[in-house]
Amino acid sequence: MKSAFKVPGFSIGFILAFTFVAAALVSFIWTPYGTSGVDIVNKLRPPDGTNWFGTDHLGRDIFSMIMVGARTSIAVAIVAVGIGMLLGVPLGLAAAARKGSLLDEVIMRGNDLIFAFPALLIAILITAVFGPSAINAIIAIGIFNIPVFARLSRGGALSLWTRDFVLAARVSGKSRLRISFEHILPNITNLLIVQGTIQFSLGILAEAALSYVGLGAQIPTPSWGRMLAESQTMVSFAPHLALFPGLAILLTVLGLNLMGDALRDLFDPKLRRDRQ
Amino acid sequence: MSLLEITSLKLAIGAAEILHDVSLSVDAGQITAVIGESGSGKSLTAYCINQLLPRGSHAQGHVQFNGQDMLALDEASLCQMRGKDIGMVFQEPMTALNPVQTIGAQVAETVLIHGAASKPEARKIARDTLNRVGLPEAEFPLNRYPHELSGGQRQRVVIAMAIALRPMLLIADEPTTALDVTTQAQIMDLLKRLVQEDGMGLLLISHDLGVVADVADHIVIMRKGKVVEQGATAHIFKHMQHPYTKALFEASSHKPARMAQPEDTPILEVCDLIRDYALPRKSLFGPAPKFRAVNNVSFTLKKGESLGLVGESGCGKSTLTRAILGLEAIQGGSISINGQEVLAGHKVPRALRRNMQVVFQDPYGSFNPRHKVARLVSEPFHLLENAPKGSARTAAISEALVAVGMQPEDADKYIHEFSGGQRQRIAIARALIIKPELIILDEAVSALDVSIRAQILDLLAELSDKLGLSYLFISHDLSVVRAITDRVMVMKAGEIVEEGTTEAIFQTPQHPYTRALLAAAPSFEDLMQ
Repeated sequence: MKSAFKVPGFSIGFILAFTFVAAALVSFIWTPYGTSGVDIVNKLRPPDGTNWFGTDHLGRDIFSMIMVGARTSIAVAIVAVGIGMLLGVPLGLAAAARKGSLLDEVIMRGNDLIFAFPALLIAILITAVFGPSAINAIIAIGIFNIPVFARLSRGGALSLWTRDFVLAARVSGKSRLRISFEHILPNITNLLIVQGTIQFSLGILAEAALSYVGLGAQIPTPSWGRMLAESQTMVSFAPHLALFPGLAILLTVLGLNLMGDALRDLFDPKLRRDRQ
Repeated sequence: MSLLEITSLKLAIGAAEILHDVSLSVDAGQITAVIGESGSGKSLTAYCINQLLPRGSHAQGHVQFNGQDMLALDEASLCQMRGKDIGMVFQEPMTALNPVQTIGAQVAETVLIHGAASKPEARKIARDTLNRVGLPEAEFPLNRYPHELSGGQRQRVVIAMAIALRPMLLIADEPTTALDVTTQAQIMDLLKRLVQEDGMGLLLISHDLGVVADVADHIVIMRKGKVVEQGATAHIFKHMQHPYTKALFEASSHKPARMAQPEDTPILEVCDLIRDYALPRKSLFGPAPKFRAVNNVSFTLKKGESLGLVGESGCGKSTLTRAILGLEAIQGGSISINGQEVLAGHKVPRALRRNMQVVFQDPYGSFNPRHKVARLVSEPFHLLENAPKGSARTAAISEALVAVGMQPEDADKYIHEFSGGQRQRIAIARALIIKPELIILDEAVSALDVSIRAQILDLLAELSDKLGLSYLFISHDLSVVRAITDRVMVMKAGEIVEEGTTEAIFQTPQHPYTRALLAAAPSFEDLMQ
């Protein structure tokens, strides 16, 4: 990991992503102002020394809201990626261990089925049926991460199953399950980390999109997507309302993607050689 | 003046100096062979000629080709020469061709790039060239794809691409290493014929003295970036001077001393073994078609015996190995290990598998790169019911490592810290750790340099003397099989066509296929005398 910081993309990405994670953590103990109180006298103030990012139509401090909003985004993305990995990776490993079997077919065709649905529409459907909330958004986004990780781990595992060291483990009488976790999984972690970073940024975008249409985190929990939605009618005379949550989404996603790209280059020896 | 004259060539990649003062020459119509083990700089010397060097490399000295200094030319002029004046043939015919283009298009491409002909003419040249390399139109029309051809046929296409414009110099980098012995002999004959017909110079790079002995006019022996000896082939073979050359020759024909006498009790008996593979279904209903990879194979392996299994790729020897190791169920016949029989429809059970271990060909692929040596070596403990734990486990690991000439401290290292030869020793340690009676060596020395191969063969002989091990030695390399086995079986298309004591098979082969294999096997024993 030390050498990762020598890649400029990784450093920039890491600083951006780390800033938002730090903001989310700090928001638990301190924010410049509260985010639940209404202060109509100070509404729609442009950015200045007291309110760094200005205030919204209810007089709440936007800087504080972005800090707290980062919590929602990050929590949704982490859990959604977690669901995808915890369910998708074992499914992919199982499919690879029994390549060509009925199990493989069922798992992969099930993946195809999920892939065939437009992700965001189904997320809207789920939240529409079970009620809009951050939890339902997490589940909806998580379900669509499952086939991504299942396919990735199956592909990576298949190429490893042909290697001699796996054959040696089979000669030692190890079961396919045990080989999958002992020999296959550690050798595909690189792939999973890279894909995880990318899915994480996609999760943040999906959460913002769901909140934007009102199906994500509910009032009074601050959320970047809903801040954007609320600023819509006032953007002509108070552009800072849209600017800061928009920038927060953009920079976080950019940071994560830069990190993902840099990690992929770093883990791929061919790309690494070219860069030198 | 020679066609190619390399004088005091130095090459550095970054801070590492790769070549020191390399001088050699190739004459028109002559074959110069460069011999060396891995890391000797033989391939990089060739890449200096057409300047296909890795980034960050810096070459000094003189590479005079046809009166031009190649090191002084710019990239545009080099592109003009590559493919037109200098052709190149690579080691791996499976990856040297573009899988989505027809063979005709790929051969014609060389012609078109250099603007040597119009499209229809280029196709005609491609056709003529493919005819010349032994791919006649009737069987190999231009619209064939690489995947429809065998390895040897693909290498012929690669050669056709290289000679389409009748270059003055052909560089062949290990052109037959990936091929079977009979195919190898055919490709060498083809290269020799083309050199005579076109009067081109051939720079042949190889690690195998036997392969080049018959064809080369001139031999250059390299070691660690230096030329240690060079001269006319016959002269080198008769009057070699340098100790490294002598060591290389000795290692190539090394025969380890074996003392152990096989006992009469059989350890492994294979009786009418049948192994079928299901092929992809042709229709939705009805049974999937089958391919019989192993057909009615029977043999007995005695305690302390070393039995060779020889055959070319696709003959079913790996399938047979996997069945014996209990990785796949058998469809017919039986396998008996120490008198306990495994019948058709079953896999060899765990209790019997303890008596067997295996060593694979590729020392780089047979270890999980993320585990330490201790964990890698102790993996077969999984087969034991009461595997040693704690200090007993550490002691067993040390013992196995010491037995193969490694240090107990090596247990704490990762596998990437070891060379190919050391890795193969560790692979043998892994096989030894549960004290099996039988070790299956699946091409276990094929990927090693000759000097390392000789050491590993000595180690195997020593271990069999000391521990009374039996070996099933699977290889395509006849000289190795001859050196280490008591008896040999020859396998072809899933069947054993000939079986006998090693000396009998090599002295008086009966089956035509055995004779063909022996005739094709590279050997330089005649030249030594």
